[in-house]
Amino acid sequence: MDRVGARETLMAAAESADVLGASEQVVTPALEHIGDDWERGSVSLAQLYMAGRIAEQTVMEVLSQDGSGEGEAPQIAIAVLEDQHALGKRLVLSALRSSGHAVTDYGLGVTVPRLVQRCQEDKPRVLLISTLMLPAALHVRDVVDQLALSAPRPVVLVGGAPFRLDPELWREVGADAVGRNSAEAIELVDRFTGGAR
Amino acid sequence: MTAAMTSLERVLATLGHQEPDRVPLFLLMTMHGAKELGVGLEEYFSRGENVAEGQLRLREKYGHDCLYNILYAALEVEAWGGEVIFRDDGPANAGEPMILDVERIRSLEPPDVAASPVLARALRATEILKERSHDVPIIGVVMSPFSLPVMQLGFEAYLDLMFERPDLFDRLMAVNEEFCVAWANAQLAAGATAIGYFDPVSSTTIVTPQAYRDTGFKVAQRTIARINGPTATHFASGRCGPILGDVAQTGTAMVGVSGEEDLAALKQAAAGKVSLLGNLNGITMCRWTAEQAEAEVKAAIAAAAPGGGFILSDNHGEIPLQVSDEVLHAVAEATRRWGRYPLDWVDA
Repeated sequence: MDRVGARETLMAAAESADVLGASEQVVTPALEHIGDDWERGSVSLAQLYMAGRIAEQTVMEVLSQDGSGEGEAPQIAIAVLEDQHALGKRLVLSALRSSGHAVTDYGLGVTVPRLVQRCQEDKPRVLLISTLMLPAALHVRDVVDQLALSAPRPVVLVGGAPFRLDPELWREVGADAVGRNSAEAIELVDRFTGGAR
Repeated sequence: MTAAMTSLERVLATLGHQEPDRVPLFLLMTMHGAKELGVGLEEYFSRGENVAEGQLRLREKYGHDCLYNILYAALEVEAWGGEVIFRDDGPANAGEPMILDVERIRSLEPPDVAASPVLARALRATEILKERSHDVPIIGVVMSPFSLPVMQLGFEAYLDLMFERPDLFDRLMAVNEEFCVAWANAQLAAGATAIGYFDPVSSTTIVTPQAYRDTGFKVAQRTIARINGPTATHFASGRCGPILGDVAQTGTAMVGVSGEEDLAALKQAAAGKVSLLGNLNGITMCRWTAEQAEAEVKAAIAAAAPGGGFILSDNHGEIPLQVSDEVLHAVAEATRRWGRYPLDWVDA
């Protein structure tokens, strides 16, 4: 993993665009490529994690120097439902932030009532829910049903091991889409927000 | 047709890469026993007697080929002083990581197996299973020293440690190895026939094959060599195809494989070296019909059972509580129907 090389590549791309534009041109495709390789089994989760972490750190560092990236972004929130395992959320969060999306992190071990309450308060446009265990994945149905009571509910995107192992589970729990990896999460968020940053 | 065997004979034959009377079936159920006893999960896990009774009733009901002594995967982290969260609809899970400051690893000491109340419950379950069963393998479980840190530190912090703090990583492996060996051998002494060595972090889903060879492989070699009985390495749904040859070199007798991999290709790579356990998808199993269950069982048997060296099971090492009795009966019945050797129907 080459942090210095990543920074130099992003800086070079930023010479002909703003940092977020450069990130979209350079970082997002790189993460999508790495995500596809993980899907094919040629890249490990550990490499995916390190790539996401370096990408996020690099973009944030360059952004803070550049001063761009400020403004009104569509509200995106992410949470781990009923579990303390953070890695899936971390991967997605890093990828989204690296690609220029502002994301509110609701944290780990979030219960259904707490998640519904946060969404009713913040009214995010897109809610990403990460799960590890099957019971938590099944409880996404409760989140969707309760959010539907106060329209407009956010778009609900799900991810995590149960949804990878059962490609139809996302429909069963009433989610709007499933992301099999962090690259797909970027694609889905772009689709549901119209690509706005 | 081969004469009927006991479960133990059946399993030993297949581990010897011979065809037994039929394909052995391991229904690895940690929670369904609570339903049999009519109690909630937390109460069920509170006494080794409950777990033993649940396992015996489940085997009576489905006629599968093993007993399983594990309470829940997080019991080891509970023994280390970590938090465990119980729920009514799924396995007890590890709470917040017990090691928040990695520097604590320098002074970390393994818990005393004999003094741990939660481990004592699992050992009591094992003793009762041994007293009350005959000719059935009793499967004990350990979390590998290389995979336990996911619960000790959290996944993210563990990956950081692995890549950035080799000194503390080595120290943690040394401490965990001592605990793992002591815990495995205590289960064997209590009556376990074999130990499931759960090592999901070693899977190529999590680390690269080279990273495995540099880390988890060496840990497994050292640890398994000191366990006083046979082991089955399980990747808990993680992929292992690219490292299967290396895994066989750790001294393990069997490998639990993922539903995300080509079972026939894995069998070809493993033939004569190591037996396979798997690989029914426990998540989709929740929605199977009896007909689907039969089709999935047939497909797995056709892919991996010819020649022996294969035990049919789920791909995670724990069947979700949401899998119905009807589906479990269908899996067991289909195994009895389609798993009888010789498997003439496979070539046809």
